[in-house]
Amino acid sequence: MKIAGRTCVAVAALGACVLAAPAGAIADSVKVGFIVTLTGGQAGLGETIQKATKLYMKLHANELPAGLTIEPIWRDDTGPNPDQAKRLAQDLIVRDHVQFLSGITWTPNAMAVGAFTKQAKMPTVMSGNGAPAVTRESPYVVKTSFTVWQACYPLGQWAAKNGIKAAYTAVTDYAGGHDAENAFIKGFTEGGGKILGSARIPFNTVDFLPFVQRIKDAKPPVVFVFAPGAAAATTYMKAFDDLGVKQAGIKIIGPGDITDDMELQNMGPAVLGVETALYYSAVAPQPATKAFVEAWHKEYGANDTPGFFSVNGWDAIAAIYGAVKALNGKMDPDKTMAYLSHWKNPDSPRGPLEIDPETRDVIHNVYMRRVEMVDGKLANVVFDTIPHVKDPWKEFNK
Amino acid sequence: MGDWSVLISIGLLGVAYGMVLYLISVGLSITMGLMGFVNLAHGVFAMAGGYVTVTLMNKYGVPFFAALAGAFVVAAVLGLVLERTLYARLYGTSDFDQVLFSIGLIFVSIAVVRHFWGPLTQPMRVPAYLKGVIPVLGRDFPSYRLFLIGFSIATIAVLWVTLEHSRFGAMIRAAVDNRRMAQSLGVNTSRLFAQTFALGSGLAGLGGGLGADILVIAPGYPIQYILYFMIVVILGGLGTIRGPFLAALLLGIADTACRYFWPEAGAVFIFILVFVILYFRPQGLLHRGRA
Repeated sequence: MKIAGRTCVAVAALGACVLAAPAGAIADSVKVGFIVTLTGGQAGLGETIQKATKLYMKLHANELPAGLTIEPIWRDDTGPNPDQAKRLAQDLIVRDHVQFLSGITWTPNAMAVGAFTKQAKMPTVMSGNGAPAVTRESPYVVKTSFTVWQACYPLGQWAAKNGIKAAYTAVTDYAGGHDAENAFIKGFTEGGGKILGSARIPFNTVDFLPFVQRIKDAKPPVVFVFAPGAAAATTYMKAFDDLGVKQAGIKIIGPGDITDDMELQNMGPAVLGVETALYYSAVAPQPATKAFVEAWHKEYGANDTPGFFSVNGWDAIAAIYGAVKALNGKMDPDKTMAYLSHWKNPDSPRGPLEIDPETRDVIHNVYMRRVEMVDGKLANVVFDTIPHVKDPWKEFNK
Repeated sequence: MGDWSVLISIGLLGVAYGMVLYLISVGLSITMGLMGFVNLAHGVFAMAGGYVTVTLMNKYGVPFFAALAGAFVVAAVLGLVLERTLYARLYGTSDFDQVLFSIGLIFVSIAVVRHFWGPLTQPMRVPAYLKGVIPVLGRDFPSYRLFLIGFSIATIAVLWVTLEHSRFGAMIRAAVDNRRMAQSLGVNTSRLFAQTFALGSGLAGLGGGLGADILVIAPGYPIQYILYFMIVVILGGLGTIRGPFLAALLLGIADTACRYFWPEAGAVFIFILVFVILYFRPQGLLHRGRA
């Protein structure tokens, strides 16, 4: 009785081992490791990349050749935390055997992971940050997101050309905020504008009102504001509204991060008239944008609007699909990078998107938008387009 | 003239912030002083009040004040239930066990909240009649913050009167001063603990709902803000209600002033302040009880 029992257990254990054999050995599964922010105040950024990825995979499920699947693995960086991000990347490569990395939110995280991918020879499609220098850290990094300079530098030039003579800058105090500040100041001062003052607001600020009070007291005609999208943007805009900044005659401009389509409805009529520059708007007239927003509403409800981070995530998974299809699942790192460096998506929800083979960063249109009421809802209405913008930072820092 | 009005702005904004911190933290000061229990999870009750307020208002259209009342009640009941079922088991155990327990409670509450409400921040929609700015001495001041100050002062006045002049208050003060003596005089300390815990949690919930504008309602709330509540309680001195009031005002005004004049310093300034105060008065500004 006892011996038979033990044999049963042994057979069962052996059977379980056979059944649990790693899928990679039998069917072809390309694993993609995503490192995004899924908790904390900025969890909206990671969550929307997740939603975009899932929606794309759902709609394009039968585009992959038979027997080939793409498996996303999600990891949480909890915010700008370069050591954590690097550790997660290491785990994904060594333990989970991923063939792509993606996401990577926040400039400091991107720089840490970027440098690491050079050693690891891991193709990385970055969709979560706007760092201009990260593609230089490693030949294995390509971005489908943006660089902060692409919006802020042309915005500075536009402001100087359109009658704005002086401005105050207010950015969040971290690498991305510093990039925004530098980009705007360069574009603005080159056009003859004068900077009245610069404030850098600590990342973990609880109460924004003292900062906004300081800006209001400086009485600038225009304030350039940067906040890293999602909830941070809403808190800023609310603080401006609470202190009646617009009513005091101060105009607010900035990159489109501050009127993130995802959060726009939460900001209330306080943001009407704010002018921003960004490579995407949920109400842009291109058919690809309309189709994307409609598909999003259908999947996630009428009150959920995709923002620029959603588009970043969408384009990243689209690029990965393209590479997997082109190489039929055999993801040799150098061949993958050769494909990705020349990737184009004329039907991206943001408009025509190209990867610049020289820099492996994005080239896309930058739209000037103004917040207006459209059909009873707030919308970033496009009133001008700057086509085919390459990253100015890299142009200046050849 | 310009400089004076800046100070007034900072003063008023700082006082509003301090009031919210006080409402949330006063319960913690009393229970830590009364029960000697290291309760790091106090922010959970403030968060519960915040979620109740925002959900009642946004999803069910409940008017603002009714939603705040709901926040108080729900947080108080939650406090009562948790105290009787969980906290009571750990009275008299080591500080370490109590800390571990309260940290565990924090993580459980974060997970529960994430599951039902998702990871994003809950938008707080202040009612229209409280929005806008009011000119105070030549400066525009957000009406909601002025309301916060007024409402908090009223609530605090009621609290102080209750604790100073009611039998319940007398029992609490007696038990804080010397629990064994109070017990031997017939005070049912077990029931007192439960009632006080419920009151403290209810106030925290009220503070959480009122302050949802400043301390935003998101799953990370108990971890993000516990430091501020602890600072208020420790600086104020455990077991008192006036000490934390002073500390909260100090913290609110100092933090606001620092962010206005010296934004790059961030949170460092507050910690320097705490260090300096505790160095000269290690028991807190006004200390009482729990020898």
